Amino acid sequence: MSPVAFFILSLLLFTLGALAFLFKRDLITQFMAIEIMLNAANLALVAGAKTWASLDSQVVVFFVITVAAAEAAVGLAIILLIYRQKKNIRSEEINLLKG
Amino acid sequence: MSEYFWLIPLFPAASSFILVIFGRWLPKKYVSVQAPLAVLLSFIFGLASFLKIYPRGLGHEAAGLSKTLFSWIHSGSFQIDFTFWFDQLTAVMVLVVSGVGFIIHVYSIGYMAEDRSYTRYFSLLNLFTFAMLLLVMAGNMVLMFVGWEGVGLCSYLLIGFWFERPSAASAGKKAFIVNRIGDAAFLLGLFFLLFNFKTASFPEINRALTDGRISSSLATLIALLFFAGATGKSAQIPLYVWLPDAMEGPTPVSALIHAATMVTAGVYMVSRLNVLYSYSGIAAEVVAIIGALTAVYAGTIALTQFDIKRVLAYSTISQIGYMFLGCGVGAFAAGMFHLYTHAFFKSLLFLAAGSVMHALSGELDMRRMGGLKKHLPITYSTFLIGAITIAGVPFFSGFFSKDAILTQCYAQGKYFLWLLGLTGAIITAFYMFRLIFLTFHGQERFSAEIRHHLHESPPVMTIPLIILAFFSIIAGYIGLPVVFGHDLNFFERFLEPVIIRAYETHLSLGIEWLLIIISSVIAFVGIFLAYVFYLKSPHLPHQLASRFPGVYRLLFNKYYVDEIYNILFVKPLVKGSEMVYYNFDLPIIDGAVNGSAKTVSFFGRILSLVQSGLIRDYALVFILGVAIILGLILF
Amino acid sequence: MATFLFYLLSIITVASVVAMIFSRHQAHNALLLAVAFTSLGGLFALLQAPFIATVQIIIYAGAIMVLFIFVIMMIDLRQPFPPLRKKWVFALGALLIVVIFFELIMVIKSFPTASKATNLDFGHPASLGKLLFSKYLYPFEITSILIVAAMVGSLYLARRKER
Repeated sequence: MSPVAFFILSLLLFTLGALAFLFKRDLITQFMAIEIMLNAANLALVAGAKTWASLDSQVVVFFVITVAAAEAAVGLAIILLIYRQKKNIRSEEINLLKG
Repeated sequence: MSEYFWLIPLFPAASSFILVIFGRWLPKKYVSVQAPLAVLLSFIFGLASFLKIYPRGLGHEAAGLSKTLFSWIHSGSFQIDFTFWFDQLTAVMVLVVSGVGFIIHVYSIGYMAEDRSYTRYFSLLNLFTFAMLLLVMAGNMVLMFVGWEGVGLCSYLLIGFWFERPSAASAGKKAFIVNRIGDAAFLLGLFFLLFNFKTASFPEINRALTDGRISSSLATLIALLFFAGATGKSAQIPLYVWLPDAMEGPTPVSALIHAATMVTAGVYMVSRLNVLYSYSGIAAEVVAIIGALTAVYAGTIALTQFDIKRVLAYSTISQIGYMFLGCGVGAFAAGMFHLYTHAFFKSLLFLAAGSVMHALSGELDMRRMGGLKKHLPITYSTFLIGAITIAGVPFFSGFFSKDAILTQCYAQGKYFLWLLGLTGAIITAFYMFRLIFLTFHGQERFSAEIRHHLHESPPVMTIPLIILAFFSIIAGYIGLPVVFGHDLNFFERFLEPVIIRAYETHLSLGIEWLLIIISSVIAFVGIFLAYVFYLKSPHLPHQLASRFPGVYRLLFNKYYVDEIYNILFVKPLVKGSEMVYYNFDLPIIDGAVNGSAKTVSFFGRILSLVQSGLIRDYALVFILGVAIILGLILF
Repeated sequence: MATFLFYLLSIITVASVVAMIFSRHQAHNALLLAVAFTSLGGLFALLQAPFIATVQIIIYAGAIMVLFIFVIMMIDLRQPFPPLRKKWVFALGALLIVVIFFELIMVIKSFPTASKATNLDFGHPASLGKLLFSKYLYPFEITSILIVAAMVGSLYLARRKER
């Protein structure tokens, strides 16, 4: 199996994740879309590890996964807080991040 | 122990650090042990290092102990190291600073016992000791400047120690600002020095001068700029005005900083750069003239003051004038010798005055004292010893050191300076005994309430007085004049390796004897005059004052120098600053700043329309960025 | 066999992600995501990364998805969405994503078609572990600090304030 196929799959997943982030309108699903993009990147890294016979990128994947776990914990806690305050998680209604 | 001489300044530094950080939780008793102990450790190490270099000192070897801790500033060929240096000159200063400093730390335990900020006081006093030791142990001019500024800072903090009193706060500010003027000159001199000598370390400065690489006009300029710095720190004309006000600080501080150590830093600096000052005849001349003038001038002011500490302050200014006079006529060793004896008797006088204040619930005015002799026997006797010493009565230490300076003046043929010195001496004897008679003799002029509280100070204060009195008597015997034998001036011989002898004295023994007798007579005349004026016929001073009201008012108001400075410098400065503030700062600087801020905020408001706060919009920009960057990389 | 597995797993992954885009129900989304993560794990295994495959399934399909499900449980999902505003953002975004897609295709075109890792031992957990504890020791340890910080942070954020 040529690694190029894996790269193409990774790209496809990344694009789909980005589209999902763009078109979904609730925070949780958008968050999931971010996870998909992260996984697509992981897939590319693992495929790269095989293509260039370098274990280092597998280590990077390991770090990405741990960081993603940390990020998921904090991100979901923030979503929970937003829900407690606004009683919804529609991303259109959360617009405080501005000057 | 002497190989660890570089620890000397670090003990008080560490102690001060501990007191600053943990002082809040430390009990008073612990503080009272730690702070003096740190200084005592410095003294012990200083003594060990002194004993190490002492035999070498007599063998005409210049090399002292030196320790480079690290390279501080390094830029191209220019290098300044963090170097501690311990030679004969340093040894004298270290022993004086840490020895007298230790005694004053102990005295402070009693004097400051009731103060709320006990720990702050000791942390500052330790910090001062550190800065002063750094100043005297610095191996180069730049490091010395660090100590120079450090003692200035501590002086400011300690003058304003009771900062809730407005007079103390403003006295602190005055000291700081006046010192700043001198320090600006000092810094300028430092720049000239670094630029032309390409080095700041003392041995290399001396080498550059002896090699003749430096023109004498340049040396004069640098020496004069440094001396201008010294007039600030050592309270000489024209920058002496801060020292009398500095008496707002606690009395032990006046004793340590404003009498024994810090104010003599200028003398130390001039002696340290003795090669430079000998090289430039004009600079040495200026030093001598300023010193002699200050000695007389400050003495005349002291004649009319009634504040016990102010009299001592003016007397300090006058005595430092003597030291500069000595340095200026090339008798650096004599100047240092006077510095060393002065440290003992002047701190003794201050501490004894502090003891008087302590007994009289803080009273400073001599007009409300009198007759304290029988109430404060120890304070009286020690004060008397101090006064006798400073007055120049033979066989006390002050006599030997002052006489060494005056003899040198005479030997150089500078008869005018010599006469000024003698005038200063008679004035000194007069005002010191005026102080004694007004304070301790005559009738009691204080209120019954104060009389009720009257008490001799506790042993923690009187024992330091006794020790200092002891040293005031005997300290002079290491520098006996030539009439008592040829090789008895151990002090001068000890300093010989670091201090060049610019001139040889060629005085016959007969003239030496004559000079000594003249100085002794002068001292006794001064004392006798004070006795006539203040004990025998106390109406005389009033008569004299009403006979010459102009002169009296001039002296009593300190020649109106504060007022003159106020009109000449302070007022125009304030007016000018106000003018600049209203006409330049407000419209132009503030205008430019506010204008640019307004412009930015105008564009910001337009740009903030883009900022919707919605993550989708932000994601869109993000994606746009990625697309553009990828496109740039690819095509 | 490998080719077959690849196509099977990729179809499952892509299909579940596409389904996720069209599904309106977050719980369904979460399940679809779990499916996608698991099959991605399989793909990792195909790429000679057994350790990563295991970690992927344990952490992503296990831990993180459980977190998602918990949060979804706590949130009231039946909320009507107001009509879309600023439709041009969607259009422009989609267009740009397609642009990025083609740009990245061009990147992939330059990649070698054959893999260098012909060694069967490649990607063995033991060699990965050695690398992790030698060359990447400090990053690895710092990651643990990060995780502690994240744990404390999320606990702090999510706690109910006593009123």
